[in-house]
Amino acid sequence: MVSSEEELSAGDAPTIVELSSDDVLRARADAVTKAGVGRKADHLLEVRGLSTHFFTPDGVVQAVDDVNFDVGYGETLGLVGESGCGKSVTALSIARLVADPPGKIVAGSILFDGIDVLKLSAEDMRKLRGKEIGFIFQDPLTSLNPTLTIGYQIGESIREHLGLPQKAAKDRIIELLAKVGIPRPADRLNDYPHQFSGGMRQRVMIAIALSCDPKLILADEPTTALDVTIQAQILELIQVLSSEFGTAVLLITHDLGIAAGMCDRVNVMYAGRIVETGTVDTLFENPRMPYAWGLLDSLPRIDDVRGDRLRTIEGLPPLLINPPHACRFGPRCAYIRDKCRESEPELTQREAGHMARCWATEPEGWIE
Amino acid sequence: MTAVADPVEAVIPLRPHDPANIVEVDSLKVYFPIRTGFLRREAGSVKAVDGVTLEVRRGETLGLVGESGCGKSTIGRAMIRLREATGGTVRFDGVDLTSLSPPDLRKMRRRMQIIFQDPYGSLDPRQAVGQIISEPLETHHLAEGAAKTERVAELLRLVGLDPNYVRRYPHEFSGGQRQRIGVARALAVEPEFIVCDEPISALDVSIQAQVLNLLTDLRARLGLTYLFVAHDLSVVKHISDRVAVMYLGKVVELGPPDVLYAAPGHPYTRALLSAVPVPDPVAERKRKRVILKGDVPSPVNPPPGCRFHTRCWLYERLGQPEDCRTIDPELRVVAEVAEHRAACHHTDEALKTDVGVAHISQTLVRRGTPAAALATLASPDATPAEVPLAAPDFLDVPESTGSVSATDGFGVEDPSGTDTYTDRVDPF
Repeated sequence: MVSSEEELSAGDAPTIVELSSDDVLRARADAVTKAGVGRKADHLLEVRGLSTHFFTPDGVVQAVDDVNFDVGYGETLGLVGESGCGKSVTALSIARLVADPPGKIVAGSILFDGIDVLKLSAEDMRKLRGKEIGFIFQDPLTSLNPTLTIGYQIGESIREHLGLPQKAAKDRIIELLAKVGIPRPADRLNDYPHQFSGGMRQRVMIAIALSCDPKLILADEPTTALDVTIQAQILELIQVLSSEFGTAVLLITHDLGIAAGMCDRVNVMYAGRIVETGTVDTLFENPRMPYAWGLLDSLPRIDDVRGDRLRTIEGLPPLLINPPHACRFGPRCAYIRDKCRESEPELTQREAGHMARCWATEPEGWIE
Repeated sequence: MTAVADPVEAVIPLRPHDPANIVEVDSLKVYFPIRTGFLRREAGSVKAVDGVTLEVRRGETLGLVGESGCGKSTIGRAMIRLREATGGTVRFDGVDLTSLSPPDLRKMRRRMQIIFQDPYGSLDPRQAVGQIISEPLETHHLAEGAAKTERVAELLRLVGLDPNYVRRYPHEFSGGQRQRIGVARALAVEPEFIVCDEPISALDVSIQAQVLNLLTDLRARLGLTYLFVAHDLSVVKHISDRVAVMYLGKVVELGPPDVLYAAPGHPYTRALLSAVPVPDPVAERKRKRVILKGDVPSPVNPPPGCRFHTRCWLYERLGQPEDCRTIDPELRVVAEVAEHRAACHHTDEALKTDVGVAHISQTLVRRGTPAAALATLASPDATPAEVPLAAPDFLDVPESTGSVSATDGFGVEDPSGTDTYTDRVDPF
């Protein structure tokens, strides 16, 4: 609510954005082509067998356990799931930002543009963070430093990584602020975070994330703290800018609607594991895992005819201390059989580009 | 009915009490003073609620949606006099709440309760569940001794919790279970009207559905009336019989969800609907997004005329008509549907477009669960266990006639006093 009047007087008229699906798909394809120029590997990010555990007095919490996925150049990959499913820890592991102790990446490899991130020295890792990998976190109020001007905070990574002279750095900051839609950017350089509204702060975060033209942005619940109309602005901005710069985005969200609108592919996580992965179209059209059905069915939808009861997933996610060698969703699953209690299913192919971790939906399973 | 203090209100006679309404709010204003300087001089006021006339009908769920800071929670609190009105009246069952003496207000409060947003902040961490739920019983002298113990167990069963949990403390429960405890506490005094203030915003998706179902069941079983305050338009559509959309302290649109979501008469409602993500990539691609520029203006100095005109896409499209800038629109009937009203000078123009509703299919086939799986579910051995609900036999308990104790009857302090919903806590 801060300074909204000035922002409005800056000549911004409300607009209606009409995009046909062709436009969206073409823009995405262009972005992916552009991003692929000069690629050093098949995928920008290849995560293999990643396990991140937390060593607590109560036992070892297997927050992320044997997670495998790729993010293509210029691609937007969604990581969806409920609190505690390991989606944020996955992102923090990629940036090697997991607090140690108690956390530790105990197994796996993370190849970023052909470089094994886990083998980098702390100094080399610092050169990667902020330059090649940008971050957008959930709460811009706590992730921005309240005692520094936003100009300084955006300039920090520019000075650090690009080594631009003062004048050029300042021009770059102003350019970035304009790009993320902050009115009169030159006048706002010396303002502090508290002088911005929530949506504007998130724009500042995006400017910081984009400041060094990174190849990948890790966006962890970037709009959870925002109102729905502001959320639409920020999502639009992330989509437009990632297409324009050919930046890949790993978008972490609990909101399946956001994943459906923003992502090329989606990974569903449950209890530290990926339980289903596919392109948005296959995954939302034909999910092959009871947990995904449960999530979709338990959402009241704006396009629903008003229903009496929602289908629910009873119970709670399991504790991740010594999880049993069985399907982790089993205790909450309506379709559970003995096989699910005896061994844990693997992530197996269902159709092209679509995998699920479920005994029941495998070819010889009991659900068609 | 009491005399109206505000001379402006006095010109408009208060509408007569309709017994079908449990709560009637007329020209309600709630202002919060802004004090500055050494002398704490009043430098202005935040007009959180600025002239709202609204009624809650007996037995209905009225949904109240809007963005943070629009005044929706403040209205909810003013309806049960947890916030004092700056102007206007709030009548509960025909009685003006502002006219009641403290003892009478306390008696009245037994009939109205509130469920808070944050199940972490609204339960006292040092009280066991049994104490939390029995406190309102003690306050209102409803039950003592063995009867009280039995009543607490009954309430726990009613909200789907194990009665053996009475000695446990809030930290031993998950968010969804804590919200159930909050519901049990609200139900303890057998209220008729419950303000649900963002009751599921802090919960995970799969848990939200459990609590929503619980609230729906309880309403049907106990004949409750809800004011359901939320920012999530999908949730409000699901649970409400009527929906009121708020913007900057005013109700801008009101109507049954089927009409309001299909043909919104206010450009703000359309902008809100256009921004709601739908978990369907095909629908997402059909979306015509209205990107509202800037933020909600400050409620200290709301814009003149229509409050929304500074961000309104229709105002721009119509070439900035003067009436939007100068005349504050009243709620008027939309498209001759008596129940559907919107506060916009150009409702007809809004209705001509498909902005905001293009992606909302009215003949939706839920994608997701395949038919075969549904059939599996329908077979008796695969049916997921329903949470058992005890019969609400306590409704037959005669009205307490004892005097009322000194606490306010809610047994709880408002944990936040704010209208935010940002505290989805991810443990990592």
